Amino acid sequence: MSDVERPDAPDRDTLLQMFEIQSRIKLCDERFRSMLMSGQIRLIYYSPRGQECISAGWGVHLRQSDYVVTIYRGLHDHLAKGVPLRELWAEFLGRATGTCKGKGGPMHVTHPESGLMVTTGIVGAGIPIANGFGLAAQLSGTDQVTVVNFGDGASNIGAFHEGMNLAAVWKLPVIFVCQNNLYGEHTPMSMSTGVEYISERAAAYGMPGVTVDGNDPIATWKVMGEAVERARSGGGPTLVEARTYRFWGHLMGDAMEYMDKAERKAAMAADPVVLYRAWLIDNGHATEAALVEIEEQVTAAIDDAVEFALNSPQPDASELYTDVFGDESAAMLNGASR
Amino acid sequence: MSEPRIMLTGMAINEAMDIAMTLDPKVFLLGEDIAEPSGGVYKVTKGLSEKHGLHRVRKTPISEQAIVGAAIGAAIAGYRPVAEIMMMDFLAVCLDQVTNHAAKIRYMSGGQTTVPMVIRTSAGAGMGFGAQHSAMLETFAVHSPGMKVAVPSTPADAKGLLLTAIFDDDPVLFVEQMMMYWDKSYAGEVPAGDVRVPFGKAAIRREGADVTLISYGRQVHDCAAAAELLAADGVSCEVIDLRTLVPWDEAAVMQSVGRTSRAVVVHEAVTRCGFGAELSSRIHEELFGQLSAPVQRVGSANTPVPYASNLEADFIPTVADIVAAVQRTQG
Ligand SMILES: Cc1ncc(C[n+]2csc(CCOP(=O)(O)OP(=O)(O)O)c2C)c(N)n1
Ligand SMILES: [Mg+2]
Repeated sequence: MSDVERPDAPDRDTLLQMFEIQSRIKLCDERFRSMLMSGQIRLIYYSPRGQECISAGWGVHLRQSDYVVTIYRGLHDHLAKGVPLRELWAEFLGRATGTCKGKGGPMHVTHPESGLMVTTGIVGAGIPIANGFGLAAQLSGTDQVTVVNFGDGASNIGAFHEGMNLAAVWKLPVIFVCQNNLYGEHTPMSMSTGVEYISERAAAYGMPGVTVDGNDPIATWKVMGEAVERARSGGGPTLVEARTYRFWGHLMGDAMEYMDKAERKAAMAADPVVLYRAWLIDNGHATEAALVEIEEQVTAAIDDAVEFALNSPQPDASELYTDVFGDESAAMLNGASR
Repeated sequence: MSEPRIMLTGMAINEAMDIAMTLDPKVFLLGEDIAEPSGGVYKVTKGLSEKHGLHRVRKTPISEQAIVGAAIGAAIAGYRPVAEIMMMDFLAVCLDQVTNHAAKIRYMSGGQTTVPMVIRTSAGAGMGFGAQHSAMLETFAVHSPGMKVAVPSTPADAKGLLLTAIFDDDPVLFVEQMMMYWDKSYAGEVPAGDVRVPFGKAAIRREGADVTLISYGRQVHDCAAAAELLAADGVSCEVIDLRTLVPWDEAAVMQSVGRTSRAVVVHEAVTRCGFGAELSSRIHEELFGQLSAPVQRVGSANTPVPYASNLEADFIPTVADIVAAVQRTQG
């Protein structure tokens, strides 16, 4: 972004709401990484840094009752859907107070109260499941929409193709958000994908497909808004390809030797959150002081969440055997205790 | 005498693929991120694409059905593909290709077509990955007649069994427990060159008179540790490493249990309907009257793999669980 005014921008509240979500993601991520680096915590961590604008872009259009499905790289999506910080941190650290009692972990965060329905570690698997949420809304006549997030790499797996077709045939209220960060694990998209734009694939299934600069929060907000509106009003699904970049490779500890150094440097220099912040100020949408206040509030909330998580116990040993079935009688658990 | 070649498991697997590709131009590898500069997410295929070329060490899209399907087709057409499924949980994504195709094609074609293919996959809990990146699902393949299954416990076996698998004319699921790849405590001597370990031939890792511990893969080491502890209490354990589950060495097991009259079966897969159930059942069928105690099973809890580190540690069978199972056979 530059210091030009954007006639397509939403109102000031929405602009600031997006900034708040982006800041939560950015500051949470920074905290996770610094605590990992210093050895205070240990976990497998997939940083969403660089992809903030995408989740914030759909986040401000959704209601609490709307559904979101995401992947292992999901922290940004969890936060954009409003999963509370304390429970989220506790889940990442495997504590009894986490969203899933510490049993799911970061790859499987679930918080139905916020509408965060499924986080999957299986590439592409969320796509068909999202159709089920869409179908449920359609059958019950609500106007809930479902946003399913996945990567560029996921667009090459069978589940994507089956899921897209079914959504189009049944006109499901689902927004397929492909967060195209140009890499799937250690493979650049160009080496795994036969089209230049993943949105091109939508045509093959008979649904609208659009590519947007996922680092441009306003363009992303606009495209997400159109897709959400289409889904809510019975117009069926949309494939949104939001182009972005992963700042920290596939997961923490990734040596990133397969990534072009200059490319990464340029992407980080064009940090979308930093640019958006400057744009808000340069165009008079917010003062420096107002944004600092938001950031301080977010930081305080993160401090509180980290403390809450660190002071929470691990799950009780008996939790190993609960939640396998709804019926927890001995008959269901036969042999479970070895 | 030259120095013993001490290797880590990941390195030994790498060497097997290198040797196979050098020996036979029909051998090739395919899988996600297996080529340079990445060399595999666990670095097990490191250097192979540079040495043998990108046409033989083929990096694929994230498309497990396409990977295994292509391996099957090429295998029928005369190649010896080694497909990598990054983690065993992802086998579920392509199970149709494995169970309905790789396994059945020789039979359905009346022996006209065969599938000399290997699916290598990393597996197992202990890394803090949570429920979808930690499972041991070897019985998926055991339950698909036509598939062979190998689960090595040492670097030498990893190399020797993989070489056998690659040159076998039937499809093989080759299970690599990821905790073993680069952990020095699993390092061991590996013979140089094309040294193969036959399928269906168990290894007696420790001789003993009172109880037979039967296991495979990483848990063989736990059995050995349990045997060591029990020896101090005057209980002498024999430890049998099956190495392959299809086929498995019935003769070795029956011979040993016939002598000790007690058996404990141990694996990381969940206990319920794990391979241990088959072992236990066969031992009872063959040796019922000679047993001094019912066969005991030790496996993971019958639950998904939990995330929290304390629960994950409880989920996996431990040396203490094995000791307790042995004690149940005494008295
Ligand atoms: C079915 C399946 N195959 C392989 C993997 C291993 N894996 C995890 S993430 C990943 C890359 C996915 O890339 P992309 O869809 O672009 O998402 P990103 O990580 O870039 O956000 C792979 C191959 C998996 N989790 N599931
Ligand atoms: Mg990607």
